[in-house]
Amino acid sequence: MTVFFSQLINGLSLGSIYALIALGYSMVYGIILLLNFAHGDIIMVGAYMSWFVMNQLGLGPVTAVCATIITCTVLGVVIEKVAYTPLRNAPRISLLITAIGVSFFLEYTAELVMGSGAKVIPAYYDSKTFMLGKVPLGLTSIITLVVTVLSMLVLTFLVQKTKLGKAMRAVSEDMDAARLMGINVNSTISFTFAVGSALAGIGSVLYCCSYPQATPTMGSMLGLKAFVAAVLGGIGSIPGAMIGGIAIGLCECFVSAIGLSAWKDAVTFAILIIVLLFKPTGFLGRKVQEKV
Amino acid sequence: MKKMISRRNFLAAAGVVAAAGVLTACGGSSSSTAASSGAASAAGSTASGDTIKVGVMGPLTGDVSVYGKAVVNGATLYLKQVNEKGGINGKQIEILTEDEQGDETQAVNCFTKLVDEGITALVGDVTTAPTLAVAAESAEYNMPMVTASATAEAVTYDAETDTVNENVFRATFTDPYQGVHMADYAYEKLGYTNAAVIFEKGADYNEGLAENFIKEFEAKGGTIVDDESYSKGDVDFKTQLTSIMGKDPQVVFCPNYYEDVSKILKQARDIGMTCPFLGGDGWDGLEGYATADQLKDAYFCANYAKGSNPDFENAYKAEYGEEYPNGFAPLGYDAAMTVVYGLQAAEDAGLEAGSDEYKQAVIDAIASGTIEGITGTFTFDEHHDPVKQTAILCFDGETPVLKEMF
Repeated sequence: MTVFFSQLINGLSLGSIYALIALGYSMVYGIILLLNFAHGDIIMVGAYMSWFVMNQLGLGPVTAVCATIITCTVLGVVIEKVAYTPLRNAPRISLLITAIGVSFFLEYTAELVMGSGAKVIPAYYDSKTFMLGKVPLGLTSIITLVVTVLSMLVLTFLVQKTKLGKAMRAVSEDMDAARLMGINVNSTISFTFAVGSALAGIGSVLYCCSYPQATPTMGSMLGLKAFVAAVLGGIGSIPGAMIGGIAIGLCECFVSAIGLSAWKDAVTFAILIIVLLFKPTGFLGRKVQEKV
Repeated sequence: MKKMISRRNFLAAAGVVAAAGVLTACGGSSSSTAASSGAASAAGSTASGDTIKVGVMGPLTGDVSVYGKAVVNGATLYLKQVNEKGGINGKQIEILTEDEQGDETQAVNCFTKLVDEGITALVGDVTTAPTLAVAAESAEYNMPMVTASATAEAVTYDAETDTVNENVFRATFTDPYQGVHMADYAYEKLGYTNAAVIFEKGADYNEGLAENFIKEFEAKGGTIVDDESYSKGDVDFKTQLTSIMGKDPQVVFCPNYYEDVSKILKQARDIGMTCPFLGGDGWDGLEGYATADQLKDAYFCANYAKGSNPDFENAYKAEYGEEYPNGFAPLGYDAAMTVVYGLQAAEDAGLEAGSDEYKQAVIDAIASGTIEGITGTFTFDEHHDPVKQTAILCFDGETPVLKEMF
């Protein structure tokens, strides 16, 4: 039973990271119907930033966390402006291919600049373990869970209660109508990318707390898993991304826990196929009416 | 018109005949000169007795060049030292180096080129796949070859047909040997009676160590309470570690490469696991990737412990202007030493360099010899694997230091 609860905590903390990244996927998809495959690589750039600030510049963890989140946010907006805005009216397949191109561009640039070996990110804080009854509870897991929940609360408030949030919802509902209503569509889309990428930045920091190594390809698998989470929860839906992320994290942990660790990734992607076959809208996705 | 064509045809035909004649003449004469010069040089080298040609090959460029350069530099260093001390019975060693770029086809080409150039023995190859290719080719010539670093069993011994590659030896220990050795060390020296294992599935190195550790540890009387695996590229090991922690082992054997080991050690402490870890030579390079707390009571085995032979390390630095890069350099040094040991015996017997008896004498001498290498003193078993002690390293803070030879 102790082991079961420990595994539950492992699954929740892994799932939290997936959820934060899945949010970025979902928000961007919701607003311009683009699967931003470069999203995972933004996390990679963030991880290198943490390494650079703490290891090379010798600055403290607070600076590193701020620098990481800012870098990710700026990078997300720059990618949107440079690569996606010129293709706003192009067929969606062009956007998708561009996203894959951006992803490769980031990965291989990182490999060229940083080399293919792993860089060790110094610890942000001293790791501790608390005992919850008989269940050991790592400080990293607690921080991951707390930060994720807080981020989601802030995001929900932002989307539901603020004017910018209202604009985002309006643009995702109907871009042309929103424009006619006087909403600045371009800045709203950029804002969405900024928020999604900031969440990726937070995800990057949390990821590096648990797995403190930066490699050029670290973002690709992470991005794909988060994509599965977003699809499972219902792509375009914010609460869906949270549920999907946690579900994938728990699923991976329990598959490994029963001794099938080699099948972990297979199970995750089998979920993707099953969802796409039987319920393409996921748990909470909207049913989209084809416009004629 | 017709006339012209026929004249032209005639001229062309004449030209072809003439050219063919010239070509045949050239071909004939050139091949004969090559043969005669080859014979002359072979005869010359034995008659005048000035040099003994030794081939050294490895990937000096490409993906695995970091290993190739280390082996070739290590081997070249030893051969040069022998020359400085007067060579073998007064004969200088002529070192012929080839870059096989980590490619099997290229490796075989390099080998045949070296044979054409008249080598008497080979130090090489470096990585497993090209070494297997060269080993197969070298059998035809019965060419004595010593690989510094290829760990796959098939390099020296074919388990399916139960045949030993008579002319091939290696200086490094094999993957299974490390697993067995660490099991013995854990049980006999460290006194652990129950252990768990975590390793990467689908990788020969990791599986080879893990399986043999489990087999040996249980054969000794110990208990393996849990064996967990993960896939290539995994970053989260908390699930497996939680399962292991639930079984409460005294020690965990973690025969993986250092980048994974670093993550495993960190996550083990994160979930509150306190037991020590053991590893194989994949831990070489862990310095800077793990903290002193994570490495408390941890041990791993390696061919060579840094600092255990200052003479070699200083000589390497003097020769190449940099610290020896990794454990492959001392192995290259010992592989060259093994080759020279064999050549010495053949020279003492006064045999003709490059003859069949000469090669056989080299092989026989190595097979029955004792090499006092810098990675330990070793002999060869019936599969031509070295029987030697391994260096057991522990950590002083984050720095690996030699604990003892075992």
